[in-house]
Amino acid sequence: MEEMVTVYLLGKKYSVPATLTIMDAMEYAGFKLVRGCGCRSGFCGACAVIYRLKGSTELKVVLSCQTKVEEGMCVGKIDSFPLNKRTFNIEEIKASDNIVGQLYPEIFSCIGCNACTKGCPQGLNVMQYIAYAQRGEYEKAAHASFDCVGCNICASRCPAQISHSAVGLLCRRLTGKYIAPKCEHLAQRVAEIENGDYVTLLEKLKNMPLDEIKDLYNKREIEK
Amino acid sequence: MSAFTEDMLKSMAKVEATRAQRLHASIERFTAEEKDELLKEFHPDYSSKGFKVLEVGPNKGQKVPVELAQLLEGKSRLQDVELDLEKVDYDVDVLVIGGGGAGASAALEAHNGGANVLVVTKLRMGDANTMMAEGGIQAADKGNDSPAQHYLDAFGGGHYKNIPELLEELVTNGPLAIDWLSKLGVMFDKEQDGTMVTTHGGGTSRKRMHACADYTGAEIMRVLRDEVQNRGIPVLEFSPAVELLLDEEGKTAGAVLWDFDAQEYKVVRAKCVIMATGGAGRLHYQGFPTSNHYGATADGLVMAYRAGAPLIYADAIQYHPTGVAYPAQIYGALVTEKVRSIGAQLVNSEGEIFMHPLETRDVAAASIIRECTARGKGVKALDGVALWLDTPLIEMLHGEGTIAKRIPGMLRMYAKFGIDLRKEPILIYPTLHYQNGGILIDKDAETKLPGLFVAGEAVGGIHGTNRLMGNSLLDIIVFGRIAGTKAAEAAKSVKLGKLSLEHVRRYAEEEKAAGVQGELSPKLLPVYTHGRDVR
Repeated sequence: MEEMVTVYLLGKKYSVPATLTIMDAMEYAGFKLVRGCGCRSGFCGACAVIYRLKGSTELKVVLSCQTKVEEGMCVGKIDSFPLNKRTFNIEEIKASDNIVGQLYPEIFSCIGCNACTKGCPQGLNVMQYIAYAQRGEYEKAAHASFDCVGCNICASRCPAQISHSAVGLLCRRLTGKYIAPKCEHLAQRVAEIENGDYVTLLEKLKNMPLDEIKDLYNKREIEK
Repeated sequence: MSAFTEDMLKSMAKVEATRAQRLHASIERFTAEEKDELLKEFHPDYSSKGFKVLEVGPNKGQKVPVELAQLLEGKSRLQDVELDLEKVDYDVDVLVIGGGGAGASAALEAHNGGANVLVVTKLRMGDANTMMAEGGIQAADKGNDSPAQHYLDAFGGGHYKNIPELLEELVTNGPLAIDWLSKLGVMFDKEQDGTMVTTHGGGTSRKRMHACADYTGAEIMRVLRDEVQNRGIPVLEFSPAVELLLDEEGKTAGAVLWDFDAQEYKVVRAKCVIMATGGAGRLHYQGFPTSNHYGATADGLVMAYRAGAPLIYADAIQYHPTGVAYPAQIYGALVTEKVRSIGAQLVNSEGEIFMHPLETRDVAAASIIRECTARGKGVKALDGVALWLDTPLIEMLHGEGTIAKRIPGMLRMYAKFGIDLRKEPILIYPTLHYQNGGILIDKDAETKLPGLFVAGEAVGGIHGTNRLMGNSLLDIIVFGRIAGTKAAEAAKSVKLGKLSLEHVRRYAEEEKAAGVQGELSPKLLPVYTHGRDVR
């Protein structure tokens, strides 16, 4: 007999197999999910839920596709979070002049409570990357926030009302575009292609008899 | 306490015992003949019972997976609906259906081209297989490589079935796509001097796999989505398209949407439509688990087919060799090919290596299935059998810390369920991953239907009958951009007539005459009950 646990999903009591994730338990119970379900692998941040164990004062926020059910779980959903993303023109901004602080001045209201970090299902040090952003250390903020899935659990818990995932994303885009070293071999290849350097070679391959190109493929040298 | 069962631990001990001697073993690749034989005998595409011959529509007489046939020969959601098409809710130049990487790229380029663009998507913007693509994106941008070499790899990997003009676009635009993404702020893995960190993927002859750790697709998707928002392009979420609209002359003229929240239909008139609805993993062909997104139900194929656009290679399905076989909570999820790119080997229950870890995906999947079935060297896992992917080799080869740096997503996914893949190997089995085929397009991304463009996984022909790792993240960008640019151009001269669903009515008549009646389609979302009996 399968081991079962009792859970309370959106206020209703259900008995579900103990091996299921919270998301699967909702489907087992009969919910047809539309909101609050995405990649089902922990990459998309669609499925944040809030729960407490019955009788406990502690509230937890987790990704429902990545968290197993437990006896006495009382689960509510966070289907959509009103993030305060600022718009900008990536071509016009610079990775200097406190640009992140200008677009997101609330980062300076951080009171250091660390609720963001405690809530992060990816185990990121969220408060630390906000601190890097405050100090203009955007590359550090970019790397520290890199694994963010944008579930916005951090933002839901922040007394300073910071939109952390948007701050991290801005730092990463600044890093990718302006701070990371330029790639010379890429620039060179782009110039060659725009110059039409490979047209003849590709034309030849496109029109090569099947036997000939098969032979070419099977005998091609493979880089070690 | 170990997360593995006792039987698994016994087999794992054998894997550990042979690890040192396997570390630097040189492994032969299969010959062309061995590959052919392996595929014919063990690849699911060669199973006769998994397929049905279509009896209606442009591909009548050709076989497709049974589950897809049920939808292609299904009943329109609008068949019994009274809809006033004179009442237009949205009137735009370019309608983009789908909010993944292809849809976002198309929207950005159509917007650049001066078009009035609307994006509609079934779930949220960014809810797509793009977000889950872990391993990388191919582009021939290094000195020892060239677009021609990339062409050769993809053509051979695709069994010489790729449409040459489409493949030429893919490889030629590869470096341009990387450049475009870099300039939007995507953080590719680089050396100190700016050189791209690149690796092999299955079937590549040069190291041209670019990555952003193992969040490559996620990093690309979140940047593209951010840029769509920055440009102020309107996006309607939770509003899947359910049928295309044509005008009286048969030109593409928009789509009917189903608003999940309002439970109402909406009419969009559009001079051009870009179909970027993605794949079909959630149809679970032949009962396989899938690595795909919740919304991957082939909606675009169904709508386009019903409107008269032919498909190509719809019977060529990609099973990713390494899906999670254990534990149950992440069953079917993807273990990125990058794990093998950086040194992990496939090992059977006896601790033996049985193939080169970087064969193309179809060959690798067939070889794993053979090892587990005909050769009986699988490890029992959940309801089936599985093989080991020996991950501790990675840090023996490249040093401590490599796994946390190069595949942090994998490390985290397993750690949540008590498995440390730096110290223990993991259990894998092929998982339904990608539709190699799809809607036929020309090099401008346009279909046989005037005004209907397609980009991303919904397209067929670019990859022949087997796509190489890293070529789909590339195709969504390359053909997304082409579709956006060409649709914006085309929209300038389109004069639409009266909106019509006549094609849907005609198709239903054709079905009736042929005596087929499948399911209500497009499917929109799968239904799961996880073993509970449903009344």
